[in-house]
Amino acid sequence: MITELGHFALILAFLVAIVQMVVPLVGAHKRWPGWMAVAEPAATAQFLLTAAAFAALVHAFVTSDFSLRVVTLNSHSAKPMIYKFTGTWGNHEGSMLLWVLILTLFGAMAAWFGGGLPPSLRARVLAVQSSVATAFFAFILFTSNPFERLAVPPFDGEDLNPLLQDPGLAIHPPFLYLGYVGLSICFSFAVAALIEGRVDAAWGRWVRPWTLASWAFLTIGIGLGSWWAYYELGWGGFWFWDPVENASFMPWLFAAALLHSAIVVEKREALKAWTILLAILAFGFSLIGTFIVRSGLLTSVHAFANDPERGVFILMILVFFTGGALTLFSLRASTMQAKGVFGLVSRESALVANNILLAVSSFVVFVGTMWPLVAEMAFDRKLSVGPPFFDMAFTPFMLVLGLILPVGAMLSWKRGRAGRSMRALVPAFLLALALGALVWAMQTGRSALGPIGVFLGAWLVGGAATDLWSRTGQNGSVARLLRLPRADWGKAVAHAGLGITMLGVAGLTAWQQEDIRVAQLGERFEVSGFELELAAVEDVRGPNYLSTMATVILRQDGTQIATLRPEKRTYPVAGMPTTEAAIDYRFLRDVYVVIGDAQEGGGWVMRTYIKPLANWIWAGCILMALGGTLSLSDRRFRVAAGARKSASAPVPAE
Amino acid sequence: MSRRAAFRRAGAALVLTCALALPALAVQPDEMLGDPGLESRAREISEGLRCLVCQNESIDESNASLARDLRILVRERLLEGDSDAEVVDFIVDRYGEFVLLRPTTGGWNWILWAAGPAMALLALGLAGVYVRGRSAAPENTPPLSDAEQARLRQLLEDR
Repeated sequence: MITELGHFALILAFLVAIVQMVVPLVGAHKRWPGWMAVAEPAATAQFLLTAAAFAALVHAFVTSDFSLRVVTLNSHSAKPMIYKFTGTWGNHEGSMLLWVLILTLFGAMAAWFGGGLPPSLRARVLAVQSSVATAFFAFILFTSNPFERLAVPPFDGEDLNPLLQDPGLAIHPPFLYLGYVGLSICFSFAVAALIEGRVDAAWGRWVRPWTLASWAFLTIGIGLGSWWAYYELGWGGFWFWDPVENASFMPWLFAAALLHSAIVVEKREALKAWTILLAILAFGFSLIGTFIVRSGLLTSVHAFANDPERGVFILMILVFFTGGALTLFSLRASTMQAKGVFGLVSRESALVANNILLAVSSFVVFVGTMWPLVAEMAFDRKLSVGPPFFDMAFTPFMLVLGLILPVGAMLSWKRGRAGRSMRALVPAFLLALALGALVWAMQTGRSALGPIGVFLGAWLVGGAATDLWSRTGQNGSVARLLRLPRADWGKAVAHAGLGITMLGVAGLTAWQQEDIRVAQLGERFEVSGFELELAAVEDVRGPNYLSTMATVILRQDGTQIATLRPEKRTYPVAGMPTTEAAIDYRFLRDVYVVIGDAQEGGGWVMRTYIKPLANWIWAGCILMALGGTLSLSDRRFRVAAGARKSASAPVPAE
Repeated sequence: MSRRAAFRRAGAALVLTCALALPALAVQPDEMLGDPGLESRAREISEGLRCLVCQNESIDESNASLARDLRILVRERLLEGDSDAEVVDFIVDRYGEFVLLRPTTGGWNWILWAAGPAMALLALGLAGVYVRGRSAAPENTPPLSDAEQARLRQLLEDR
């Protein structure tokens, strides 16, 4: 019964979306206030109906209703409750429903908080947003209906993939989608502005909070996914340049570029056409990501043929929205005249450089991801493009970005003087150089990666601190530092976060140690200064798995510092083993232990990794997201919220 | 299939109907060579070779039995005295360029390698033209109205 209500709510939401797509658009064109006003209640209704449908699906998962096909395929009655709940989006249909739920949530939020927008722009934004929603409602209802029943319900389900039964991964998709889908609002704003034919500073200010929020969510989502890969996959890799990862990374890079170019629109009314283009591309790449993931095109060309219906449907959505928006852009871009004038050395130019680096590096990722497909179709060559390519082709852009960032961040608007901002940065630069040289002298290997990472990390953090301090004026004080606008803090924190992440990536890649051996019970062995002892191995029963759990005692300088329990689990229902690494998290290095198979001659295979600076990668991600949040809470966005109230006060009849 | 394949799907929170991730153990102790120099060369070569039955995963990380065979093959060739390039050529001859995680620069692949730098140069050129235009453009703020002029005069006189 609840399932049918959910299904019905989803169909109603689809119908409301169609109305919201058409009526306000016509109203905005004809200047009919009544028609334009339809958008707001429709957006709210659409969200509530989708939420009802989603709640119905959650209910089916939580109560293990095996008459639903998705529940049978992805759940099991013995699964812990938390994973029954999060299992709702651990499958194609459910995750699509979460996707549109967030899409309609953003639409509704634009309706609720968009009181200060000109009515015609607001109506157009909501109509464009709803057109995206319409396409995805149709996709769900016609190709991936989560409410499909089974004629003969089985006694029990086939269980969720054990790799997904993990707290980190349970919350990873919602964050990722909040980021991906949040970019849809920027897209809607861009298309609405193109229809409207007007982009000004106010537009830049409206788009920026949405971009900031999406980018911060995407940062957290990608960070969580990367952390999960680190602890769950059993050897501590954190990034694989896998097509699916690239699919989330490309929108992130574009969102970062958009975030910065929207500042130029807001403050200086320049880079307008480019910012519109970025907003279209950022969401376009979200759609490409969805397409890559759902169609299986890049996983294997054959998987695409296995499910042509879904793949082709998403491809059509992608072509329609990106193609349509780009066509509109080519027709209207020339009407957007830049107003602001700025010199070659200025904050504006620095932000242009930032945009070039981010957009080109994203382009490199895109070409690398798609190349195997192009090579096979055009030149009949089956080849691979793996991490070595991306490391070589992508990294230089990030190095340059890190190098110029602190200088660009301190240049003044309009006409800056490079000498002045550089002088302020001399201490930070020397400190970074000294740290890099120190590390270079201390390390044993020949790799330049570690010292460069240390230099960049220190340079970015020091640069951010210098920037912040310089804002306190001639006689700076801590009290004045704390009173700085939150946007300044956000900028500094996010830039420092980037430095920390770069440092973590470089440190982990350059100085990782590995030890593979057969360990006997009670045997003690040493791995770069740590002493490990395999104390015991026993069989343990979990709620829905069987586990071989080892007890490893970790000692440093003769004193015990941790007891680690790596596991090898088997999930009988899913028929799948997993490895649960045990990690001793530390500030400067992690000790990462994995237990393997029992050997015929006695003993177990044991892998030990020393992972320097691993936590810094994710600490940096958290800082970046925190920086975004701080900027988002800046007074000028909140003041704009206050201004909205007065703007929406009754207006005399015309 | 492998943990990478499983990861790809899991990361995307997709349906996992056929994921058969094996326990994550790639290089086994019994495969490793006694000579640390040779072994580290073997590791380096393995990291650049793709496991044929996996998704985008090197034979060094993979648990597939084919990957194990290839790892052993790489080590056998090294023991025979092959150079790194010879070992890679030996594998490519048998399995095709699909095994190379780092694509060659031969044939049309130059497009792939040149795409990034070319795009960067192009973008720099376009941006250069734009920025020059911006710095040369006249400040197109509208002239002050009469009322504003009067107010300005008044302010200046007040000083």
